[in-house]
Amino acid sequence: MLIFECPYCGIHADETELSPGGEAHLKRFGPGASDEDFEGYLFMRENPKGVHFERWRHSNGCGKWFHAARCTMTLEVFGTYKAQTFEPPQEIKDKITAKRPGWSWRTFS
Amino acid sequence: MSTRLSSGGRLIDTSKPISFTFNGKSLKGYEGDTLASALLANDQMLMGRSFKYHRPRGVVSSGAEEPNALVNLGKGGKFEPNQRATTTELFEGLQATSQNHWPSLEFDIGAINSKLSRFLPAGFYYKMFIHPRPLWKHVYEPFIRQSAGLGQAPSAKDSSTYEHFYAFYDIAIIGGGLAGLQAARVAGASGKRVLLMEQTAHWGGRAQIDEEMVDGVPVDKFVDDTVAHLQSLPNVTLRTRMMGAGIYDHGYLLGYERLSDHVPDAAGPRHRLWRIRVGHIITATGAIERPLSFAENDKPGVVLASALRDYLIGYGVSLGDRTVVVTNNDDAYLTAIAVKNAGLDVPAIIDARQGGAGELGEKARALGIRVETGKGIARVLGGKRVTGVQICAQVGEGAPLEEIPCDCVAMSGGWSPVVHLWSHCGGKLYWDAENVMFRPDVQNYPIGYDGNTFVAVVGAANGHLALDAAIKDACDQTASLAGVSNPPELPSVASRQDALIEAVWMMPAGAGIKLRSKAWLDFQNDVKVSDLQLAAQEGFESVEHAKRYTTLGMATDQGKLSNINGLATLAGALNADIPAVGTTTFRPPYTPISMGAIAGHSRDEVFQPIRQTPMHKWHEAKGAYMEPVGYWRRPYCYPRGGETHAQAVEREINQTRSSLGLLDASTLGKLVVKGPDAGKFLDMLYTNMMSTLKPGKCRYGLMCSENGFLMDDGVVARIDEDTFLCHTTSGGADRIHAHMEEWLQTEWWDWKVYVVNLTEQLAQVAVVGPNARRALEKLGGMDVSKEALAFMEWKDGTLGGFDARVYRISFSGELSYEIAVLAGQGLAFWNALLEAGEEFGVTPYGTEALHVMRAEKGFIMIGDETDGTVIPQDLGLQWAISKKKEDFLGKRAQERSHMVDPDRWRLVGLETTDGSVLPDGAYAVGEGKNANGQKNTIGRVTSTYYSPTLKRGIAMGLVQNGPERMGEVIVFPKTDGTEVTAKIVDQVFYDKEGDKQDV
Repeated sequence: MLIFECPYCGIHADETELSPGGEAHLKRFGPGASDEDFEGYLFMRENPKGVHFERWRHSNGCGKWFHAARCTMTLEVFGTYKAQTFEPPQEIKDKITAKRPGWSWRTFS
Repeated sequence: MSTRLSSGGRLIDTSKPISFTFNGKSLKGYEGDTLASALLANDQMLMGRSFKYHRPRGVVSSGAEEPNALVNLGKGGKFEPNQRATTTELFEGLQATSQNHWPSLEFDIGAINSKLSRFLPAGFYYKMFIHPRPLWKHVYEPFIRQSAGLGQAPSAKDSSTYEHFYAFYDIAIIGGGLAGLQAARVAGASGKRVLLMEQTAHWGGRAQIDEEMVDGVPVDKFVDDTVAHLQSLPNVTLRTRMMGAGIYDHGYLLGYERLSDHVPDAAGPRHRLWRIRVGHIITATGAIERPLSFAENDKPGVVLASALRDYLIGYGVSLGDRTVVVTNNDDAYLTAIAVKNAGLDVPAIIDARQGGAGELGEKARALGIRVETGKGIARVLGGKRVTGVQICAQVGEGAPLEEIPCDCVAMSGGWSPVVHLWSHCGGKLYWDAENVMFRPDVQNYPIGYDGNTFVAVVGAANGHLALDAAIKDACDQTASLAGVSNPPELPSVASRQDALIEAVWMMPAGAGIKLRSKAWLDFQNDVKVSDLQLAAQEGFESVEHAKRYTTLGMATDQGKLSNINGLATLAGALNADIPAVGTTTFRPPYTPISMGAIAGHSRDEVFQPIRQTPMHKWHEAKGAYMEPVGYWRRPYCYPRGGETHAQAVEREINQTRSSLGLLDASTLGKLVVKGPDAGKFLDMLYTNMMSTLKPGKCRYGLMCSENGFLMDDGVVARIDEDTFLCHTTSGGADRIHAHMEEWLQTEWWDWKVYVVNLTEQLAQVAVVGPNARRALEKLGGMDVSKEALAFMEWKDGTLGGFDARVYRISFSGELSYEIAVLAGQGLAFWNALLEAGEEFGVTPYGTEALHVMRAEKGFIMIGDETDGTVIPQDLGLQWAISKKKEDFLGKRAQERSHMVDPDRWRLVGLETTDGSVLPDGAYAVGEGKNANGQKNTIGRVTSTYYSPTLKRGIAMGLVQNGPERMGEVIVFPKTDGTEVTAKIVDQVFYDKEGDKQDV
C-alpha cells in the first residue's frame, strides 16, 4: 500500500486512490517508424532493481496523471512530478543521486 | 487432574459464575475465564486431536500461539471452526465442540495413524501416492480429502455484521503490556495522535502474572493507574481486544478489533478491521515461550511453563497435583515457585544446564524444591494424560536414571521475541547466540516512503526479556522518535540476576531415532525432530523447502511454537549455523482474522453498487429479467404472462420490426469532447476522419488501442465547431473517458481539449420501428420528418414538452430515433412515449432483442466480434478507416506483418445447413492436424442467435480467408461429439440495402 504525493492536488494519496500506468517517459512512434523503433515503443520496458520512473494516475482523486521516481526494491519514493514533461526535474534527479550515487535509468542519470 | 483452586485467580471474578457447554456437556466457569481455563477448571484437559496422527491433544499454551486447543464455536449463523480456546473469552451460554475426530474426542478411529506413524514420515504423501497416476484422482485424493481438514466449514450464512474503520495516527503502539503502556505514556506526553492496542481483554501483559509490586504499588493498581492516566489524555486512543494484524508498505497497519466475540448478543458489528495510516509504529508485542523437544512431549498435561503460571495465578486453575518443571533457563523456576506457593507439589525442577539457575535457583531450593541440573527428560509416560517422566543426563543418549510420577510437566525452552510485525514489511533479524533468540536487526529496517524506518520494536519483542530493561527500552526508543526531550520517569520494578540460558534443541542431546521420532516440534501438524532430520537428509536444505516438505509451521498457529525449534533442528542436521539456515517468511495476519472482517460491509446488496438508469424501477416493476452490463443492470427481456425468455425476445423483435419498440439506451456512454483542437484530437482517437463532420451530423466511429486492436465503437455527433458528443459502448464509458484523458494529459498536453463524461446526466431512449415517426408526431413538438431530420442527423428541440436531443441513428436496421432528455425527466419521457405508442402496440424491448436485431443487420458488437485481438480490418470495416489521415492510434500497429497477413480470420455470416442455431464460441475445423494431434481450427463463432425475422439460426464468425470463401460449407464439431455444418454467407441477413432505416 504505497503512498505518493500527487503533484497536482498535493494530497499524500494512498495506493487505493491511484492507478498504475507502467513506465514513464516513453517516446511515441507512429506511422513511418521503423519496425525496431515501433517494437521498442510498444513492447520493450525497463525492469530495474532499484531506481525506476513510473506513470500513476490519481484516478480516485483529481484524475491527473503524474510520474513517480521510486526504488523498486525498497519502495522508497524519491519524488513525484507532473506528467507534462520529457524528463524528470533536475531536483528529483539530484535527490536520487544523493541516495543512489551513480544511478542511471535509460538515458537519464 | 486439573481443577479450580479455592483461592487465586487475578483475572477472574468468582462472584460471577457462567455456564457453558463443551460437546453438549454443561460446565461452569467464571467471568474473566478463557474457554481453555474454564475447561481445565472442569478437568477437561483433552481438547482436540492432532491433524495427521489424530493424537490426543491438551492445551499447551495460554494465548494466541495455541496449536492444540481448537474448537468449533457457536452454531447456525454464528458457527465458526478452529477457534483457539486460549483466546476465547467465556460468556454465558457459550457452546463449543471439539473437532478433527471420529466418532468421539475420547475414542478416535483415525488415531490408528499414530500407530502407523513410523510408516507415515515426512513427505509420505508425496512419495506414496504419485504412482500409478490415475489412482491419484479416483482413489487417493478422495480418501485423503475426506480425512483432511480440522473444523468443518460453516453451513449457515454468517449472521453477524462487520465493518471497516479508516484511521490516521502519528504513532501506533501494538501491545498493552508494561512496555507498551510506558511507550504510550511517553508518546502521549508528546501531544501527537497516539493509538495503543492490546490483543487480549487485559492491560499489563505478563506483568499481571509475574510481578507483585511495580513502582511501589501492587501491579494491578499500577496498570489501572497508568491506563486511567492514558485515558485522560485527549490525544491517546486505547483499544483492548484489538490485534495488530499486519504491517504493510509505507506505514499501513491493519488492526483487528473483536468487539462482541465475548458478548455475542450485543448490538453492532462483531469485528472491525482498522485500516490505519501511521507515521510510526511501535511494536511492544512481547515474547513467546518455546517448548522443549523430548520424547512424548505432546501428551496432554505437558504445557509451557509460563502457561501453567497463567492458569494458576491468572485463573486460579491447577493443571495437576504434581508438576515436574523442565527448562534450560531461569524463567521456568517462577512456575515451580508459583506451584509450590499454591500448596501443590513440585517433585523436581529438571534443568538441562550443568550450572543451573541464578537467584531463582536459590529461592526454589529454599522452598524445598529438588533441583536436578545437567538433566533432561528422556520420555514422558502416560496415555491420554501424563503419569510420569523418566529423567536422564542431558548430554547422554537417554538412559533413564529415574522415574518420577507426576500428572503435569511444565517446559521452557527459552523465549522468542514476537518479531512478526517487524518482519512483515521487510525488517531483518539477527541471531543472538548468547540469549538464544532471533532479534530485530535495527540496521535492516522496514523502509518507508521517505527511505527511513517507520517501525520500532521495543521491550521483550526487542529481546529485552527482563522487565526493567524492557521498560527502559520502550521509553528510550519512544522518546527519541516522538521527540520527547524530558520523558516521564521510569517506574521502579524488581530486577533479578539470572544465569544465562543454554540452547537445548534435543533432550537428551544424544537421543537416538526412537526418542527423536517421538519428540514433537509442531503439535498440530505432527512434525517431529526426526522428520526435519529426514528432510535435511533427503536434500530439502532450504528452510522454506523443509517447511513445505514436512509441513512444519504450516498449522493454524503458523509456527509460533515450532519454527525456531524446527530450524535449529534443521541447522543441526545440516551442520550449519542457525543464522545460515534463517527463518521462514513471517506473513500477515499475525493470527487468523475472520473473513467477515476482511469483507466488512461489502456483502449482499452493497457488495458492488449497482448503477441504475432513470427507468430502472419501471423495468423492475414490469417484471423485466435483468442482466449485468458492467455495473449496470439492464432488462434482458420483459416476459409477459407465462412467456419464456425466448418467447419474450421473439415477441419484442417481431413487434419492433412490424410496428414500434422502445429501448432504454441510457447506459450508452456519452462523452463531450470540446475545444479548438477537439476535431484534431478525435482524428487521432478514431480510425475515421471526425474533423470533417459537419455540425448537425452523426458518424459511426471505431476506436483502436495503440496495438491496433479494436477497443470501442459508437456514433459521434458534432454539436458545433468546437464540440463533439461521442457515444461509447455501455460498459466502455469510464474506460474510454480514461483513455481520452490519458492521451490528452500524457501525450498531447498542449492541445486545447476538454472531455466530460455526461453518461449519467442524460436518459436516452431508442424509439424504433416503422411507426416510430408517427409516435413522435403524436407526442408533438419538433419536426421529425425525413426532410427536417434525415438519417445520421441530430437536432435539439422539444417532444411532448420535453427538451430533447434527437439522433436519427439505428442499431436495429429500422426507422429509429435515439432521444436524449435530462436524466431527471427520463422516466416521465419514457411514460409519455409508452402512452403515445399505445395505439401502435408499443413494446419495450431488452438487450437480447437489441442483440438479435443488430446481428440480423450484421452489425458488430464490441466484446462479441472483438476480444482484444481483432483489428477493424478483420471485421470488413475498412470503410471506417481513413486512408487520408497521416496518423491515428493503432495505425502503425495495423501495418505490422502479422496484422496484414492475408490468412487472418475475418468476419462472415454463417447459416447452418439445417437451420439450427450454432453453439456460441464453436470452432470450425479444417484439414489436417496440429502438433498435438488435434484437428486444425479455421474459424470460430462470435455471435449466434435464433432470428425470429428469418425464422432460422443466424451467426457471425471469424473464418480464415472467410470473405473469399462465400458459399463454402464448413464443419463445427459440438461438445456432445456431433457436428453441425454451416454455409459461409454475407453477414448482413436483413435489409442489406438499408432502405428501412432511411425513410
